[in-house]
Amino acid sequence: MSYMDSKMSQHGLIGSESDSQRTLYPYVTGTSVVALKYKDGILMAADMGGSYGSTLRYKTVERMKPIGKHSLLGASGEISDFQEILRYLDELILYDNMWDDGNSFGPKEVHNYLTRVMYNRRNKFNPLWNSLVLGGVKNGQKYLGMVSMIGVNFEDNHVATGFGNHLARPILRDEWHENLSFEDGVKLLEKCMRVLLYRDRSAVNKLQIAKITEEGVTISPPYSLKTFWGFSAFHNPTVGAEGSW
Amino acid sequence: MYVANRASDKITQLTDNVYVCRSGSAADSQVVSDYVRYFLHQHTIQLGQPATVKVAANLVRSLSYNNKDMLQTGLIVGGWDKYEGGKIYGIPLGGTIIEQPFTIGGSGSSYLYGFFDQAWKEGMTKEEAEQLVVKAVSLAIARDGASGGVVRTVIINSEGVTRNFYPGDTLPLWHEELEPQNSLLDILNTSSPEPMNM
Repeated sequence: MSYMDSKMSQHGLIGSESDSQRTLYPYVTGTSVVALKYKDGILMAADMGGSYGSTLRYKTVERMKPIGKHSLLGASGEISDFQEILRYLDELILYDNMWDDGNSFGPKEVHNYLTRVMYNRRNKFNPLWNSLVLGGVKNGQKYLGMVSMIGVNFEDNHVATGFGNHLARPILRDEWHENLSFEDGVKLLEKCMRVLLYRDRSAVNKLQIAKITEEGVTISPPYSLKTFWGFSAFHNPTVGAEGSW
Repeated sequence: MYVANRASDKITQLTDNVYVCRSGSAADSQVVSDYVRYFLHQHTIQLGQPATVKVAANLVRSLSYNNKDMLQTGLIVGGWDKYEGGKIYGIPLGGTIIEQPFTIGGSGSSYLYGFFDQAWKEGMTKEEAEQLVVKAVSLAIARDGASGGVVRTVIINSEGVTRNFYPGDTLPLWHEELEPQNSLLDILNTSSPEPMNM
């Protein structure tokens, strides 16, 4: 039995091996993650909400974490599965460091590992219920990729999960360009996050923006975005048609 | 729905310095507590000193996460250790672990989100905090059919552990609740001897 399997059995207090696993449902979930490549590396944004169905249960959940020296992982979906993925990655990075050969896993390697994990779990009908965004810079090469809970993976100049796919990516397709400055990148991400705040029921107004460059990872402290409600059309929308909304 | 136990103790000891609040399935939460108490006992012997709250919480998380398809229990691990002081970890369904300055759980908690958003403050004293939780549980009892009976509190700090007990009839009354009486006859006898208005 592999080391990981025996550990898992220990705290799973193993049921009969012949139990057929089935797809579960998520309990505490995070919503969109949005990321883009800019001049010096990758910028990634995610809010700090952990929803429990329709209840905005937890409002200070860190959904982006640094991985090793060169990568940043953002997750949407089930938070407990994300926490377990972080444990797997901890072990992966530890074993990599133990080689002590001067080499370290870059974002490509971490992305590939995650893809294999997600796809193999999907094949066993026991998925990790997450959409993952993996960004990083190694040896000057910028990398930004995504893995879904069914193992679909790809790289692009900008990615988003969940609602972000529908609301943020159209904005990014229009306004993203090569060699964005840090300021322009942040403003673009904030534009996306503001739209998500208006239009995604699970969004929470407390977010972090993370930056990863050759130098390393920086995750901003939590902050809130201002919103605008001053359209005249919002004041009396039903005045011409009482009873409407 | 039948009330199987109207005075149950949902705050369970894991070690001298760490307790767990149980909600959801009683059987599931009891068996998880029993396993964690057993693991922590061994861990304490091996470590040679009291277990930390974080270790206890992560053991609970491990069981909750790895048995997520079978368990229906939300747990709150709270305690005090010499490294981090007082700490609270929420472990809802699914096995997410989240450290918080305060947390609520169980079916009655639905009615307390707004209350705590308004009433909780950083840096409350022991007395203020105890009053707050007793008030909160009593508000939940007022509106949640699955809550009732008695309020139990446990205070854990560097000095040790204190258990308190508040019987249901000592709790404050809320909207549309009336002062309990022994009998209608007492009400009739204390008012003037006129016929009742029907």
